[in-house]
Amino acid sequence: MIEISGVSKSFVLHNQGSAVIPVMERAALNVAAGECVALVGASGAGKSTLMRMIYGNYLANAGRIVVGGVDVAQAEPREILDLRREVLGYVSQFLRVVPRVATIDVVAEPLLNVGVAPRAARARAEELLRRLNIPERLWSLSPTTFSGGEQQRVNIARGFAHDFPALLLDEPTASLDATNREVVLSLIDEAKARGAAIVGIFHDEAARDRVCDREIDVTAFTPGLAA
Amino acid sequence: MNDEYNFAYLDEQTKRMIRRAILKGLAVPGYQVPFASREMPMPYGWGTGGVQVSASVLTPEDTMKVIDQGADDTTNAVSIRKFFEKTAGVATTEETGQADVIQTRHRIPEQDLREDQILVYQVPIPEPLRFLEPRETETRKMHSLEEYGLMHVKLYEDIAKNGAIATSYAYPVKVEGRYVMDPSPIPKFDNPKLEMAAVQLFGAGREQRIYALPPYTQVVSLDFEDYPFEASKADHACDLCGSESSYLDEVIVDDAGGRMFVCSDTDFCHSRRAAGHVGAQGAPFEEDAA
Amino acid sequence: MTPVFQVKELTKFYGNRIGCKDVSFDLYPGEVMGIVGESGSGKSTLLNCMAGHLAPDAGEVLFDTRADGMRDTVKMSEPERRMLGRTDWAFVHQHARDGLRMGVSAGGNVGERLMAVGARHYGDIREKAVDWLGRVEISADRVDDRPSAFSGGMQQRLQIARNLVTGPRLVFMDEPTGGLDVSVQARLLDLLRGLVREMGLSAIIVTHDLAVVRLLADRLMVMKDGHVVETGLTDQVLDDPQHGYTQLLVSSVLQV
Repeated sequence: MIEISGVSKSFVLHNQGSAVIPVMERAALNVAAGECVALVGASGAGKSTLMRMIYGNYLANAGRIVVGGVDVAQAEPREILDLRREVLGYVSQFLRVVPRVATIDVVAEPLLNVGVAPRAARARAEELLRRLNIPERLWSLSPTTFSGGEQQRVNIARGFAHDFPALLLDEPTASLDATNREVVLSLIDEAKARGAAIVGIFHDEAARDRVCDREIDVTAFTPGLAA
Repeated sequence: MNDEYNFAYLDEQTKRMIRRAILKGLAVPGYQVPFASREMPMPYGWGTGGVQVSASVLTPEDTMKVIDQGADDTTNAVSIRKFFEKTAGVATTEETGQADVIQTRHRIPEQDLREDQILVYQVPIPEPLRFLEPRETETRKMHSLEEYGLMHVKLYEDIAKNGAIATSYAYPVKVEGRYVMDPSPIPKFDNPKLEMAAVQLFGAGREQRIYALPPYTQVVSLDFEDYPFEASKADHACDLCGSESSYLDEVIVDDAGGRMFVCSDTDFCHSRRAAGHVGAQGAPFEEDAA
Repeated sequence: MTPVFQVKELTKFYGNRIGCKDVSFDLYPGEVMGIVGESGSGKSTLLNCMAGHLAPDAGEVLFDTRADGMRDTVKMSEPERRMLGRTDWAFVHQHARDGLRMGVSAGGNVGERLMAVGARHYGDIREKAVDWLGRVEISADRVDDRPSAFSGGMQQRLQIARNLVTGPRLVFMDEPTGGLDVSVQARLLDLLRGLVREMGLSAIIVTHDLAVVRLLADRLMVMKDGHVVETGLTDQVLDDPQHGYTQLLVSSVLQV
């Protein structure tokens, strides 16, 4: 489902004397349907960077990033947009929303984007919010005023609303208590069971061991190391 | 006729220029043709457009009638009639059927006109879209591209505000399915008469436009499917001659609210009374009655 | 899939000065393209050339007309372009008063485009107008009020309703949230997102506000001195800017 090979990246800071900062060299990774692979490595090693490159949020300087048959590193913007709508989901560490939009609408939006009828989309959103223990009285409020943990759970609900065949999860259990962490891990298990390919970053070792089948250490892709 | 003036006041070149504009107008019914409006011995806004058109179409053998709000005896009608008596020496009349050229302000005569007659209208603002679109550049484009949605917006606003199309005079019409035209401030009651056998010429002196309707031109008043056009008038008969079908003026007769309704078309009322018709407040016709 | 809109080498000079130069891109149905740049970047010139308000000096602006396929709108006759502007295209101005008739009621403003393409039933027109006012969250009892009685945000929403009532396929927007209170901007942006999705619109939005493009645009073009210096997915251009000017722009945004 996800095949990464020969991926390299550097940042060029034009306004700081054109400093070149290489961050990744010849990264490679394969994730099959139903698998969950964890990216591990020290802070700053490039876990989030690699995840963002898979999503097309960062540009790769070299290599292939094939998701569901589409090479994200080479694809046209509209191909990536289509991919992000139907195939590839991304739950980042931070919830970014249009201000003043109700939580229920935030969560339902990915379903509306793939053409699900508003009522069905809303029903699914309610189901997820209930599972993630967001009380009903908060559903009509904007999540921008929620606590960190609540925002994270809304973020996850949004990420799991549509059954993406491929999912990228950046610290999905951070800021969550034991109960909610368990809910998220169940969601991940269910996604795997329906054949989703998942790449995750988990600082929480117990969570990682629970849902991940393999680990990839991204420090292996740090530039300057011998191959 | 006074020898100081060229026939009908204007020089021959000017009359030729105006006749060319008239021909253009007749060739494209409802289209406003620009013309070089001359200084007339009356201020703009007092019928100079109508006078210039009349002057250009009159021949020495013609008989002319001038009416203002349907009446031959108001100050303006009298002045303009005297103007043509002096500068053209043409015969004048108050009888609609006897006239070759009729200049009118704000009414169409009740009596049907014939193919050998010309009706000349005085027009203050020729542009029907002016009140909604003040830019001349824009209204010219709208006419040339047949973009008349705005005209219906005006009617929409009327209905939204008043429950019905409130425009009661200068009611816009579509000519031969193409140009939207302002028929001059005639009451909407007169709109159906715009389809007639006579030639109709419209002159706007201040705005420098001439437009025209050849005989038997199709003229349709704008409306909505669910708010159709109605040629309405006061629900009365003429108190002098009893006519139920003519447009009426309401006249206040005393300071106690007394009023009477009389035909606005004085010649029409006069003819009916001469034929023996008497209205509710009328006296039997006497030959020398004013 | 064919693009709905294609710009090729679009160029406009003001005497010797470059307005915009060699701008090219394709836009597909349902895509929103943001064009950002600071004052003088050429983004407004580009927008006006694309929308047919200015004649470009070189280049093509192709639109997929349903009847005749891809046609260069620059070469169209004025009546054709104006017809396009009333049906398939829409233009949302920065200042609502440029895009509304202030002397006409809200219902009349929304109904005008319908009447311009031949609607002649008052009841139907009014019903559609009220429906659209509802979709832009203006209450039905304001249908006979003039826009001069509306707040800035309401005027802008009315402008949107007026533009979208005939179901256009391409919407040009010039700083659609400029001048509005911040709280009002948020609702307007969400409304626009919803309408774009529901109606399958393509849109081109010119703005200097990076937050607006992040929320509204799928793709982004960054302009400087009349040239496009960077283009790509909005989130990619903002999170991983490649060009020095884009990097400067992104790093200059104040965080709240």
